[in-house]
Amino acid sequence: MEADAETFCGRTGGSMRELSIYIHIPFCVRKCLYCDFLSGPACEEEMKNYVNLLLREIKEQSILYGDHRVVSIFLGGGTPSLLPAQETGWILGQIRDGFSVSEDAEITIECNPGTAMAEKFAYYITCGINRLSIGLQSTDDGELERIGRIHSYGDFLNTYEMAREAGFRNINVDLMAGLPGQSLASYRKTLERVTALSPEHISAYSLILEEGTQLYVNRGSYTFPGEEEDREMYELTGRCLGKAGFHRYEISNYAREGWECRHNKVYWRRGDYVGFGLGASSMVRNVRWKNPEAQAAYAACVEKMEEGMKERGLCGMSFVEMLRRTGRCEVQALTPQEQMEEFMFLGLRLTEGVDSEEFRMHFGETVGEVYGKQIESFEKQGLLEREGRRIRLTPRGIDVSNVIFAAFLF
Amino acid sequence: MDQSKIRNFCIVAHIDHGKSTLADRIIEKTGLLTSREMQAQILDNMDLERERGITIKAQTVRIVYQAKDGNEYIFNLIDTPGHVDFNYEVSRALAACDGAILVVDAAQGIEAQTLANVYLALDHDLDVFPVINKIDLPSADPERVKNEIEDVIGIEAQDAPLISAKNGIGIEDVLEAIVEKIPAPGGSPDNPLQALIFDSVYDSYKGVIVFCRIKEGRVRKGTKIKMMATGATAEVVEVGYFGAGQFIPCDELAAGMVGYLTASIKNVKDTAVGDTVTDVDNPCAKPLPGYKKVNSMVYCGMYPADGAKYPDLRDALEKLKLNDASLNYEPETSIALGFGFRCGFLGLLHLEIIQERLEREYNLDLVTTAPGVIYRVYKTDGEMIELTNPSNLPDPSEIDYMEEPVVSAEIMVTTEFIGPIMQLCQERRGRYISTEYIEASRALLKYELPLNEIIYDFFDALKSRSRGYASFDYELKGYEQSKLVKLDILINHDEVDALSFIVHADSAYERGRKMCEKLKDEIPRHLFEIPIQAAVGGKIIARETVKAMRKDVLAKCYGGDITRKKKLLEKQKEGKKRMRQVGNVEIPQSAFMSVLKLDDN
Repeated sequence: MEADAETFCGRTGGSMRELSIYIHIPFCVRKCLYCDFLSGPACEEEMKNYVNLLLREIKEQSILYGDHRVVSIFLGGGTPSLLPAQETGWILGQIRDGFSVSEDAEITIECNPGTAMAEKFAYYITCGINRLSIGLQSTDDGELERIGRIHSYGDFLNTYEMAREAGFRNINVDLMAGLPGQSLASYRKTLERVTALSPEHISAYSLILEEGTQLYVNRGSYTFPGEEEDREMYELTGRCLGKAGFHRYEISNYAREGWECRHNKVYWRRGDYVGFGLGASSMVRNVRWKNPEAQAAYAACVEKMEEGMKERGLCGMSFVEMLRRTGRCEVQALTPQEQMEEFMFLGLRLTEGVDSEEFRMHFGETVGEVYGKQIESFEKQGLLEREGRRIRLTPRGIDVSNVIFAAFLF
Repeated sequence: MDQSKIRNFCIVAHIDHGKSTLADRIIEKTGLLTSREMQAQILDNMDLERERGITIKAQTVRIVYQAKDGNEYIFNLIDTPGHVDFNYEVSRALAACDGAILVVDAAQGIEAQTLANVYLALDHDLDVFPVINKIDLPSADPERVKNEIEDVIGIEAQDAPLISAKNGIGIEDVLEAIVEKIPAPGGSPDNPLQALIFDSVYDSYKGVIVFCRIKEGRVRKGTKIKMMATGATAEVVEVGYFGAGQFIPCDELAAGMVGYLTASIKNVKDTAVGDTVTDVDNPCAKPLPGYKKVNSMVYCGMYPADGAKYPDLRDALEKLKLNDASLNYEPETSIALGFGFRCGFLGLLHLEIIQERLEREYNLDLVTTAPGVIYRVYKTDGEMIELTNPSNLPDPSEIDYMEEPVVSAEIMVTTEFIGPIMQLCQERRGRYISTEYIEASRALLKYELPLNEIIYDFFDALKSRSRGYASFDYELKGYEQSKLVKLDILINHDEVDALSFIVHADSAYERGRKMCEKLKDEIPRHLFEIPIQAAVGGKIIARETVKAMRKDVLAKCYGGDITRKKKLLEKQKEGKKRMRQVGNVEIPQSAFMSVLKLDDN
């Protein structure tokens, strides 16, 4: 797979490649204590200005992806549901204007309980949004308060009910294990309450204490579940959700049959995706880049893009060069080795694992030729297993997956 | 040159009493250098020395002084190293002098090193006169210090110059005192050549530059010389004096002078400190007294952190050895650490200096094993081996008995800390000899201590238990029979050779337990459980367990930011690279030094 083979503006048609789009909305009511994402509170004026930039970016970029068919769109944040409904509509409209969006595209918006009312949900449906991801985290109000969530379990129940009434057929609920003060019993209760509602999808993450977050700074004043308990919670998640008809398809993601998140799987299967907005990440044809994380740099980036387009000054440039010229960050054309590393450490996150035949077709070498030693050693240790063409993590392998992933780096 | 106008002298002092500062002022006042040319401290010209505030290699300078009597005098100021590790070098530098200035801090008075150095100077028949430094300190008490010098050392001190080297007070008095109190050198230029080597440095253009004091005779370009102890011969290419920071060639060095000679000598080991240089065609009857071969006292293994850098380490050691005859090394192999060298040093400071130079000047990343002393192992078959690497200890059934080196130590301490210091010496298996009161509030404790008990952290312990007031000096006394055992460390049931050390049988259990605890903290968790055991003669005496890693999983990966995720994995992989693989366990390099830190907390 040759990266960056074609020059910017110089593409010819050919077969349509699949593309996913991520839209970053960096606004929230209040920062949660564990959150290290690019987000924060903002006034309506700031949101409006931001959305304008976003619209311009989408418009100018769309020309690059004429040969792509959009199969999923994900509005993440922050709390995207904080945006006025209309502005959400403009964003999706801008995407439909510039891109060819597939009929059956999965279009998700993230939502926090208490930030969207029935009318907003109804509007989302009319815009074509067909999947809702609700950040619940826990059904224990004490646990929610300790991590600085803005809502209660009751708020969530209202939101969930409104969403169903509005017509959402595909709902995800985000949960967290390993919260301060959380017990195995309270976590079980959360799982049971949520499965009783029968969402289509559940994401259940272990809390990671990220440096720089409030929770990290004050970590001494909280009691966190121990490592052993954390793993018990993880096992409980699999058991409990399994009983309720969910299967794990990725380390932290569970779905009812046929309701896996398509957008999520694009990341692990290394499909093309482009991110719009502050700090958003992209990978297209084995080139990775990020948008600037500072507002001013992001705005400058959009402007450069527009000027370049107007004067066609960017035409004839290589894709990578164009990205660099317009102020994109960490622009990197992945070498075949880097692609192999990613193929392994991303693909193995999926419970189906990686397909050795796919590896050979992509890279012209067998996975055994490249990673035979590592795979064999991990198999012996009971961390990896093979089934036919597929190689995947064992349950114990999942627990210590970083050790395995690191071993696939050159 | 008029021999009566030459003064060869050195300055002796306890560390920090202002020796180097006084030397700088003397050089400044004699007018060879302007103040601007002076670096902060001219004599200590190695970076490392400046940072540590000590003098490692002797530096020497020739200066010209216009005395009040109207005559011009040549001063040869011979600098001496200031640490017990370099005692022999100090003794040879003293032997090159005719007198010494004793610098005593006006506030602190006499310290252990003051005594050790002044006795060493008196042993070499040097005329010693005291100066009282730092008289501008608020806590200065010159009268008390003068009395102390007279009472304790027994030399006249009432007319000692009162100076502040730092602020340039009283330096003239010191210069006049040098003229008056230090005798002119003896010897005759017409006798056969007899010169004392007191130092040498390697220069890549000139070869070895030999620092010597001409006791008898003369030497000039073309003289065929012979080093009487090593037997090396050479033809002199150049002779000269020591300018400040440079060599000044001259025609001839004659009896009474201090200077240098070069003779295209390729290695400092041919020009051993203390050896006598004579004329091959007109040799002297016998060498000057006092030569001895310097032996390493402390050994450790040094390994390149990156095994591929082994040749680099070898080259670096070779180069350092050119300039440092007291550094010894020989190749060795460790199962845990691969190819490296067993290196011998004069003491722990010497070890640290070499280690830092290797890391800093040669850009090497080193793994160093715990330093140890040389043990004598007497085998049942009558053979005696000198053991420098614990893993070479013969099977206990072949050992009759073992001996370890013991030092005579003198510790100067204010009386309030006598208790804690005596306790420390007891803990270190010290044998009490005597207590002498210097004055009502200060005492000199004499102990005999096993060298291996003091090589690493004794000095620090001494300082911390005396709030910094105790000072310490020692010399090797000899070997004594001792109940010694080898403590082995097993990690995941594999013995790790580089972690073995020799320890007194009575403290084996305690040390083994601490070592296991320390290693438990040092070794990261693996995918499996790792037992860490301490064993003596195959018998396990302590155990700790590094539990298996339960969880190392990144749940969240947000918005497709794969780069950030990969960076985390890369960090993890980098961490692994800095480890040593022993069996299937990865041991961080710092673990190999952890035996040094057993007494923390």
